[in-house]
Amino acid sequence: MAAPESLVYERPESFTETPTHYCPGCTHGVAHRLVAEVLEEMGVTNRTIGVAPVGCAVFAYNYFDTDFVEAPHGRAPAMATGIKRVLPDRVVFTYQGDGDLASIGMGEIVHAAARGENLTVIFINNANFGMTGGQMAPTTLPGMKTSSSPNGRDVESQGYPIRVSEMLSTLDGVGYCVRRSLHDPKNIRLAKKAIRTAFETQVRGLGFSMVELLSTCPTNWGMTPVNSLKFVEEHMIPAYPLGDYKVSEAIKLVKI
Amino acid sequence: MAKELWKGNEAIAEAAVRAGLQAYFGYPITPQTEILEYLSRRMPELGRAFVQAESELGAINMVYGAACTGARVMSSSSSPGVSLMLEGLSYIAGTEVPAVLVNVMRGGPGLGNIAPSQADYNQAVHGGGHGDYPRIVLAPASVQEAIDLMSLSFDLAEKYRMIAMMILDGSVGQMMEPAEMPEMKPLTPHKFDWATDGAIQRERRILSSIYIEPAAEEVANLRLANRWKEVQANEVRYKEYFLDDAEIVVVGFGTAGRVSLSAVRAARAQGIKVGLLRPITVSPFPYEVIDQLTGQAKAFLVTEMNMGQMLSDVRLAVRGRVPVEFHGRPGGVVPFPDEILREIQRVNGADLSVHTDPIDGWLTRMAEVK
Repeated sequence: MAAPESLVYERPESFTETPTHYCPGCTHGVAHRLVAEVLEEMGVTNRTIGVAPVGCAVFAYNYFDTDFVEAPHGRAPAMATGIKRVLPDRVVFTYQGDGDLASIGMGEIVHAAARGENLTVIFINNANFGMTGGQMAPTTLPGMKTSSSPNGRDVESQGYPIRVSEMLSTLDGVGYCVRRSLHDPKNIRLAKKAIRTAFETQVRGLGFSMVELLSTCPTNWGMTPVNSLKFVEEHMIPAYPLGDYKVSEAIKLVKI
Repeated sequence: MAKELWKGNEAIAEAAVRAGLQAYFGYPITPQTEILEYLSRRMPELGRAFVQAESELGAINMVYGAACTGARVMSSSSSPGVSLMLEGLSYIAGTEVPAVLVNVMRGGPGLGNIAPSQADYNQAVHGGGHGDYPRIVLAPASVQEAIDLMSLSFDLAEKYRMIAMMILDGSVGQMMEPAEMPEMKPLTPHKFDWATDGAIQRERRILSSIYIEPAAEEVANLRLANRWKEVQANEVRYKEYFLDDAEIVVVGFGTAGRVSLSAVRAARAQGIKVGLLRPITVSPFPYEVIDQLTGQAKAFLVTEMNMGQMLSDVRLAVRGRVPVEFHGRPGGVVPFPDEILREIQRVNGADLSVHTDPIDGWLTRMAEVK
């Protein structure tokens, strides 16, 4: 006799049934799911407005069962500011990659953070421009080969990586700013908790919140999904240490 | 309401507030900064949104976000700042959300100067951001007209889900004139059936300018083209002065049109049959009325504060049937009535050809400007 079926894992209601367009082994899907779970658990899905980036997540709006807009490259924090300022009781989040946020959109993210906009930013750091085919990003590791740093990123001529969480955490408008990783189940759970805390920061009006998520890009890295996860653990985390870079005193008191 | 003395830029800001402006996002740039300064005080005291953005890129994308919620939203800038906003304008147009932008134009190209100019006509009317999209462009010639067109700009933007731009040269923005403000409209936010304001008791909505399938983008482009035909049929606005028996028709918008009116009056006093057509909507352009005037006019004289941009639109309407002459002062220079009067006298007395380029004659006459 078969054991009685018990459903232990299902699609969050705040997730649509759209089949994924992301590459096999990419962690965008994991990040999407974590955000969807958090929105559902907080009961805010129907008053959330998402802002999609330009990059692999350009179609993020297909997956979340919330209102969504699609920003020009890098401008999501400005668009989100416009939405939040006229609808302060809505939950507004941007979902941005490292090309979008740390390269072309550096001005918008820094000033949204400095103004202390009550927004939540989900920042995917996979060390390259994924959508355009794996070019060097501001986050590309020294020596890392990409399609526009074919001999490996030469810091003498191509500069050094930008550590966004560390940089934004210096700004007084920031309520919550942490870096997590999506390379194994334990870290995925920690990432979810951070995403929840970031949205809690927003709904409590405690300022700008961002979760940086170290992510994989097996296709452009030219690695198997498993080796990509190992790459995050062995090479990304040493360059981008996981941790809480800014947690305001008020947020420390919030129990989730 | 009684007339009061208003500075152009501040009048525009107050007129926008009274038209129900819910959110303003801007960045300082001369000669429009008084709009930003005025609203930095006025909007918060009314509990409405105001942000001084980090750049014009930031400002226009805040406008884009707020526009997606269905809010009455605007920004203002001046020529170099508007160039930075073109990316956002293209996205706003592609997403078909309404937004209002005021460009208080200054001399260019490049950093240019901060003097009054009409050099952004082509950028506003024909050019701008990437991709195919029409936009409504209004050109006031006085503080009162700027006030009156502010409310209309919002109405047109919302009616056609389109950008409405107001282009005025720095002199209209900076001068003070007696003008009458409209009554304060109560703030009654619209509930648009396309707005992304949170999917509360309805299906979710997505606003985007992406049409990844070319066939779908073509359909979207054609939708804009058809909507533009509607705008052209219903929204052309202009002012006519002394045109009933005019044999010479001066065409000028904004301050160039206003200065031309003084010249036309002076020429009338000398018995010259001259009139003025002053387009108020430079987009949609009043092609039809110029086409009709071509039947009675023996010549047109286009006056602009640029190198001859609206000139092309007038020539398109005239279609070579009668000569079209040009007098322009580019670079931030405002023409005097007497120099336009001399041009009217010249056109009145000359044996003009339809086969010469009006720019050639203009450059020859401008040779004295060194």
